[in-house]
Amino acid sequence: MSNKISYNELFNKKKINNEGVFIPFIVAGDPDYDTSLEIVKTLVNNGVDALEIGFPFSDPVADGKTVQDANFRALNGNMNIKKSMKFLEDIRKFTDIPIGLLLYYNLVYKYGIDEFYKKLSSIGVNGVLIADLPPEESDLVIESSKEYDINQIFIAAQSTTNERLKKLTKIASGFIYVVSVMGVTGARRNVENNTTTMIERLHNHTDTSLCVGFGISKPDHVKEVLEAGANGTIVGSAIINIIKDNLDDKNKMLDSIGTYVKQLKKATI
Amino acid sequence: MINKGKYGKYGGVYIPELLIPAIEELEEAFYKCKKDEKFNKELEEYYKEFAGRPTNLYYAKNLSKKVGCKIYLKREDMLHTGAHKINNTIGQGLLAKYMGKTRLIAETGAGQHGIATAVIGAKLGLDVDVYMGSKDVERQKLNVFRMKLSGAGVIPVDVGSKTLKDSINEAFRNWMSTVDNTHYLIGTTMGPHPYPEMVKYFQSVIGKEARKQILEKEGKLPDTIIACVGGGSNSMGIFSGFLDDIDVELIGVEGGGEGVETEKTGATISKGTDGILHGSLSKVLQSDEGQISEASSVSAGLDYPSVGPEHAYLDSINRAKYVPINNDEALEAFQELCKTEGIIPALESSHAVAYAIKYAKKAENKGKTIIVNLSGRGDKDMHIVSKELKVKT
Repeated sequence: MSNKISYNELFNKKKINNEGVFIPFIVAGDPDYDTSLEIVKTLVNNGVDALEIGFPFSDPVADGKTVQDANFRALNGNMNIKKSMKFLEDIRKFTDIPIGLLLYYNLVYKYGIDEFYKKLSSIGVNGVLIADLPPEESDLVIESSKEYDINQIFIAAQSTTNERLKKLTKIASGFIYVVSVMGVTGARRNVENNTTTMIERLHNHTDTSLCVGFGISKPDHVKEVLEAGANGTIVGSAIINIIKDNLDDKNKMLDSIGTYVKQLKKATI
Repeated sequence: MINKGKYGKYGGVYIPELLIPAIEELEEAFYKCKKDEKFNKELEEYYKEFAGRPTNLYYAKNLSKKVGCKIYLKREDMLHTGAHKINNTIGQGLLAKYMGKTRLIAETGAGQHGIATAVIGAKLGLDVDVYMGSKDVERQKLNVFRMKLSGAGVIPVDVGSKTLKDSINEAFRNWMSTVDNTHYLIGTTMGPHPYPEMVKYFQSVIGKEARKQILEKEGKLPDTIIACVGGGSNSMGIFSGFLDDIDVELIGVEGGGEGVETEKTGATISKGTDGILHGSLSKVLQSDEGQISEASSVSAGLDYPSVGPEHAYLDSINRAKYVPINNDEALEAFQELCKTEGIIPALESSHAVAYAIKYAKKAENKGKTIIVNLSGRGDKDMHIVSKELKVKT
């Protein structure tokens, strides 16, 4: 598909309809290239609004066990950068929804920062979040992201001070990835009750849309964060757990993911 | 953040957003304590009374005679818990106390830094949890026991390569959700700012003492300083005393493992390329696309796929030189020092000794005065050495 929907178009449309955005996260190549691509198709066919795709890395320091294991499954299946780029190209062939990339800085650095963004732009990727790159170290990537018209997405946490939020919101685009728990990625039982205050604080700083991630795993969580004022939610570990639990039965894996995603998506309407 | 901790292009703060508050709090506390007279006085007292400083600068007469240079050994091996690691754990332990933290976490490979953290935790009344790769837990049962004796918890890390680099990842992960009461006590000059600068500060006592001692004994500065480099804390400690003395040659010795040309090496500066691991930009052993490799060395302390960023910088400006020593050369030097001087060096330090011998034997270096940082003692390595030498114990 040569055209892609931008994050702004997506969020604006949803705001008008008074709906939230639902974004699933998976790791490219987990558990293997073909299955992973079928998983993405399943996600798209069940109505997700955008995709967040991880590139596997040997040392995913911001991730909990679920996502770590997904990284290792992909790497053990010989997933690499070249194939990960191809994976994004394959996805672009069947969908025009926004694609965000989530990865660690060393992969971008080794690829060559400018080359990397150039490549993403040619594929039609919308945004990039680099998990271990705070705004303080982002000058180089911001330059390239602007040149190639890629949204640079940042995480804002409960602990991010107003002073730092000012700098962060100035350079962030696409959406801001809001984390209301202190810790790593992973499905949790409850949504933090301070999410509302945090989202209010963020809305006071920026017009950029806000998506809450880390710990979201149930339709009720999705409803809660949208009611708290978020524009969307990101769910990763809960989906990856379904992959992990059905490694020996692909059909069941895809069915379960479809059913699960449908429920979460419904909660955004 | 006041300072991003850059050494040329190296160093920096490459960490998840959730770690920023921890790092900012730490930076502020460190700069405050560094200037604080009371803190430094207490630090000195612990160095003296608990660790056993100052350590001797020992003239290795027999070895010197044999190789044709004047070789001095900075005897960090004489410290409490057997290595220089304690200088840093005392410093950061006290800092944690000043910050009002009640718990320390640490990573450990073979267990030396874990033990040095466990004892300072016991001494200062702080809880300690040590993250250790499950492979290392299995290989180093006695060290696990030593940590537990001092009341530390040892948490086996069963992900990735199940070794040091994964235990560092896991410690960072834990810190993200425990920063309120916990200080992460990193054992070497790696990690995000302010760690490289802070660990250097606490290890700089080695260089300060050595400089004063050599001037007393020789009436002049040495020609050469030789120290082993894993993450780089003992070497940075001794180098720091001589960085401004441009005529003093600084040599860091890396764990060559089975050879720099093989996959089984820990020679990060000799073989690695620029990359980002554990919070800073430095030299890293990695694949062409940036997946981190496993390092390998007979000595666990040199078995790390990156190196402190200031070392990468000193290499880039040619202020220090970095050379690999292979496992077999280190084992030979280990035995040589035992026989000639009656001193059992740690396998890490044996790498520095091995290069010192190699260096002294070169014609152009004849008669030079060399200080070798003997960073630790070899008692911990007996089971490895006996296995390598195929001696039954």
